[in-house]
Amino acid sequence: MSVQQVFFIIITIGAFYAALRQFSKLRRNIFLGKAEKIQGNEKERWQNVLLVAFGQKKMFKNFLPAIFHFFIYSAFLLTQIELLEILVDGFFGKHRFFAPFLGGFYTFLLNFIEILSVLAFVATIIFLARRNLLKIPRFVKSEMTGWPKLDANLILIGELALLLGIFTMNGADVALQSMDSEHYHSTGFLAISSTISPLIFGNMSEGFLIFLERSGWWLHILTVYAFLNYLPKSKHLHILFAFPNVYYSKLTPRGEMENMPEIMNEVKSMMGLIPESELPMTEEIPEFGAKDVFDLSWKNLLDAYACTECGRCTNECPANITGKKLSPRKIMMDIRDRLTEVSTNIDSGDAKFIRDKDKGEKVKLKASNYDDGKSLFDYISREELHACTTCNACVEACPVLINPLEPILKMRRYEVLTESAGPNEWMSMYTSIENSGTVWQIPDSRDDWTKN
Amino acid sequence: MNVPIMADLVGEGKKPEILFWVGCAGSFDSRAQKVTIAFATILNNVGINYAILGNEESCTGDPARRAGNEFVFQMSALQNIETLNMYAVEKIVTACPHCFNTLKNEYPALGGNYDVVHHSQFLQELIDSGKLKVEGGSFKGKKITFHDSCYLGRVNGEYIAPRKVLEALDNDLYELKRCKTKGLCCGAGGAQMFKEDEPGNKRINIERTEEIIASGANIVAANCPFCITMLQDGIKAADKQDDVMVYDLAELIVQNNKW
Repeated sequence: MSVQQVFFIIITIGAFYAALRQFSKLRRNIFLGKAEKIQGNEKERWQNVLLVAFGQKKMFKNFLPAIFHFFIYSAFLLTQIELLEILVDGFFGKHRFFAPFLGGFYTFLLNFIEILSVLAFVATIIFLARRNLLKIPRFVKSEMTGWPKLDANLILIGELALLLGIFTMNGADVALQSMDSEHYHSTGFLAISSTISPLIFGNMSEGFLIFLERSGWWLHILTVYAFLNYLPKSKHLHILFAFPNVYYSKLTPRGEMENMPEIMNEVKSMMGLIPESELPMTEEIPEFGAKDVFDLSWKNLLDAYACTECGRCTNECPANITGKKLSPRKIMMDIRDRLTEVSTNIDSGDAKFIRDKDKGEKVKLKASNYDDGKSLFDYISREELHACTTCNACVEACPVLINPLEPILKMRRYEVLTESAGPNEWMSMYTSIENSGTVWQIPDSRDDWTKN
Repeated sequence: MNVPIMADLVGEGKKPEILFWVGCAGSFDSRAQKVTIAFATILNNVGINYAILGNEESCTGDPARRAGNEFVFQMSALQNIETLNMYAVEKIVTACPHCFNTLKNEYPALGGNYDVVHHSQFLQELIDSGKLKVEGGSFKGKKITFHDSCYLGRVNGEYIAPRKVLEALDNDLYELKRCKTKGLCCGAGGAQMFKEDEPGNKRINIERTEEIIASGANIVAANCPFCITMLQDGIKAADKQDDVMVYDLAELIVQNNKW
């Protein structure tokens, strides 16, 4: 076993282990949210996965970015075949293990990957320019400064590194093949590498070419491992989470707000529609709506992880368009940031995060006794919540079926039902509905219009 | 005008085929009342066997629910469901897309199951079946544009019915750039109608009416009482009230048929 092989195996196991740890933490975090049964209609769900996630149907409402995104996406999907070979080669100390078995088909595959990779390279450069030079409005909103901006650029630079790795590897390989160097099996004519190779790698020594080929190979695989471990911290997580997110997306009517049976039953008993004895007895004063990530559903939290901060929602939001503070994208980003904060605190095991009434000598910090004195309201202001017109433009706009409206409405519920707070004008609207069954306090009779 | 009230009809041992749900705006707002009267005029002229609830109708609870007040929503909604079920109502038509959405999508979970249609869908059915004739072409050559309400359009996916009704009026329909799935909200939904705007650069209805005015349309057709108020306010703020008129679909039909 060569030194390179040993090194590869150690790094691979390390990278996968570290990634697994991070992803299981994400899974734990998602299930900090409330249980919500999402099942049934498997056929429609898989159809959505096929059309919306794989087919990127909603992206194509905006053609140019959709096409460039599609280049990067399809290059990403197909490069997995090459990645598979890299893994086999790395583990067994082989070189281009699949080439002799697949023959002409191998050449075809490599060509396909190369052409897509060039398209992806062009698209990545265009995306970098759109973000940094053209300053497309949705990329320069207030929530897109600092880390989110850096994150976006790091992803694009990482993609360039992946592509640079592939082309250095293939280009040097083709040059080595033409020298009849040992171990370099023919790959057939490669559209990009075979054309460019003589220009760049033409006059290099065999030793240096082998070094370059190895460098490209290592650059590619190390960037893949870096990405794998970077994803859980990054908005780029959408490349994985978009799929389950689309699968579990809401299939009930868009206009239906989730019913609150505990309040419905309370009101029914007040109205004498059901006997009081049927109401569940609780000693604690119930909290309604969402104050923190624990009160949102696991799907709302999955939504937050699936968000890649593209801003199509914010671009369509009537409140944001007219200069209000509300940005649906920021709502999703805030939920994820708060969830990350809670997760880090829980993992610290620090007893100061235990809820006061649960504190005790042998009590250990866990999600169920967690209280850091903060909540989602420290991230999302009431002004933002109050600005929403519930028009569903954000819901319609999201390419991966995230629902930014649901958490907004759940937080409004907390404000009204648990805190008895909210805009004053709304208070008088509630009073009118309660007292006279109308939204306005009007003395007229409801059928006065018929008397005209 | 002669508008049958449910309680009276039932008292006479009759049962209407369809309930016309008027809604708070349609009952009390002076602008929306005109839409209500126009729609009732159509129902009367076509000879539909209908009734309204009159004082037995209550707010559907939509604005309270969307503002976050589930208690008030449940109280109003359960009261309405009691009334509707008492009269064994099967079919409901309403000119308000917010009432439409709540009755159709939210009442079933509370025990209220009805066949609910929006008046633009009902009008399209009447036109398609030949029961409602729109002839004369009063709007021929007029430049009309259409504002999609969020709760009929994006929320309930109905973009065709109101356009079919406009088509029947034989005019030139100009689509706004932001239409159908991309239709811009008028700014009233989510209980915004009942409070001042949050701080910003502009009111949402101004943003929308600027687009409408720039389209050069003489008439903007709408299908929601709140949209009508918002658009009219916006047009007035731009001092264009003599150039651009805001009408509900039902009003356009009544004008065309000179009823």
